Amino acid sequence: MTLELTTYERSLIGGAQGDATAMAMRILVSAAELVGAGQLVEIRSAHIDGCLHHGDGGVEFAERLADGGGRVAVDTTLNVGALDLLHPGKVRAGAHKTDMARRQMAAYVRMGAEPTFTCAPYQVGHLPGMGEQVAWGESNAIAFVNSVLGARTERYGDFLDACCALTGRAPLYGLHQEENRAATVVVDASRVPAALKERDVFYPVLGTWLGLEVGRDIAAIVGLPAETTRDQLKALGAAASSTGAVALFHVVGVTPEAPTLDAATHGQIPVRTIILTADMLRGSLARLSTAGQADRVDAVAVGSPHFSVQEFEHLKRLVSGRRLAVPFYACTARGTLAALEERGDAKVLREAGVEIIVDTCVVVTPILPASGGVLMTNSGKFAHYGPSNTGYEVLYGSLEDCVESAVAGRPVSDPEVWAW
Amino acid sequence: MGLVAGRVLVAGEGGGPLLRLDQAISFWGGVDPVSGTIADPRHANFGASISGTVLAIPSTVGSSSSSAIMLELLREGTAPAAILLGEVDAILSLGVIVGKELGYAGIPVLEVPVAEFTSFEQGALLHVSPAGIVTRAGS
Repeated sequence: MTLELTTYERSLIGGAQGDATAMAMRILVSAAELVGAGQLVEIRSAHIDGCLHHGDGGVEFAERLADGGGRVAVDTTLNVGALDLLHPGKVRAGAHKTDMARRQMAAYVRMGAEPTFTCAPYQVGHLPGMGEQVAWGESNAIAFVNSVLGARTERYGDFLDACCALTGRAPLYGLHQEENRAATVVVDASRVPAALKERDVFYPVLGTWLGLEVGRDIAAIVGLPAETTRDQLKALGAAASSTGAVALFHVVGVTPEAPTLDAATHGQIPVRTIILTADMLRGSLARLSTAGQADRVDAVAVGSPHFSVQEFEHLKRLVSGRRLAVPFYACTARGTLAALEERGDAKVLREAGVEIIVDTCVVVTPILPASGGVLMTNSGKFAHYGPSNTGYEVLYGSLEDCVESAVAGRPVSDPEVWAW
Repeated sequence: MGLVAGRVLVAGEGGGPLLRLDQAISFWGGVDPVSGTIADPRHANFGASISGTVLAIPSTVGSSSSSAIMLELLREGTAPAAILLGEVDAILSLGVIVGKELGYAGIPVLEVPVAEFTSFEQGALLHVSPAGIVTRAGS
């Protein structure tokens, strides 16, 4: 398909809005041709996953755009960086890396993006509406905005999300188009015990399985409770988009494009139907822990995606009046921390020994003690990326297990949860 | 078989030994850009160096930051010499496109059906032409 551009879009390549927007448009056009888009689509918002310092190339890119006079054309939020800017010293980094990481985050703010520095912009007031066209980066945010909010984005990688933000355009293809959003795989969770489906700990395990099983296909999950929470869907999507290229899933009776199974499949007959069994879940549960035989826990990390106010309330109830024996990190947005401070919750959490990290997280930058060891988490995404990114072995468990283990300094788990 | 034609995603020319990955990979969390090696202990090709190879990837998964890792590989000089993708991946290809904008040396990225990866044995010295033709080096 040949890409057709409007007069305005062509003018951007010609430099009508300056050098930075011209560069952004060139990259956007290359990407659009790559995916076979016939035209571009106007977007309402962007979420840029380009603030994290992976090396100095990312800084060079951001500063090239900012120095070239680049300004975002739509409401734009920013993903995590490599530093906790509100709590200097939390991240172990040399002078060069600290400087470059700070410059990278600052360059995007210079271009007019909101300094949210969170992987969960949907928790700090950015909630695109059903059917709205957006360009979001960060795999969990992509899965959430498509699946849970019903807005439309493709999987935008670092750099392209920024180019979309500067031009206000995205390639019109894939999940931007109604006809590509139909579920082709049905996952039947109706045999899973109701008590398990009420537990938060179930959702990252389901997501881990989903990502491995369906990959790029779109699943409609049936048999989950109507009360499934946004935090549970967030955890499901984050795990699924860690183990597979999942950008959209439907939960029948829960997510907006799936009031019925028929609506989720657009009336088509599914290519396959999978009945979820205990063995499938046990396999995924086992995969999430690399330190199954550990007799100690050296640190606990929660908040991937970033913890919500509701999740902090749960954590507060669990730790109130107790003393955590090992470092316990809770990662969140600076916007969420402000709400916690206002409610007095941050103080309670800190007194129990919870270290609140903002603007970044423990799996993307060195925060965990350098000594290494066993990291416990309730996050499917932390469990997936922890071993390669931090060098820690991981143990997966519920938030309750995480707190009990942190108090005891050794793994504590309640196997009854998984009774099936 | 000594010749495979792929769809050109990013044009360029390069060659090296074929490294065919046995499973999908996320560059972010899966590849260390400084050393150019596969860093995910759970990956079937853990520890393998991708630098200078013709890297054949059945599919990619996971993080949208993989384009950033691709850019850093190019900047560090640890990138593969060419990439053959079983399915189109805009995220990985974009890292190469941005690298070209920043003036880094580019590499070819082709879409090649996974079945055709097996036309060549692991380690075979290959050459990728700007038109997207994969041949044995020197042939």
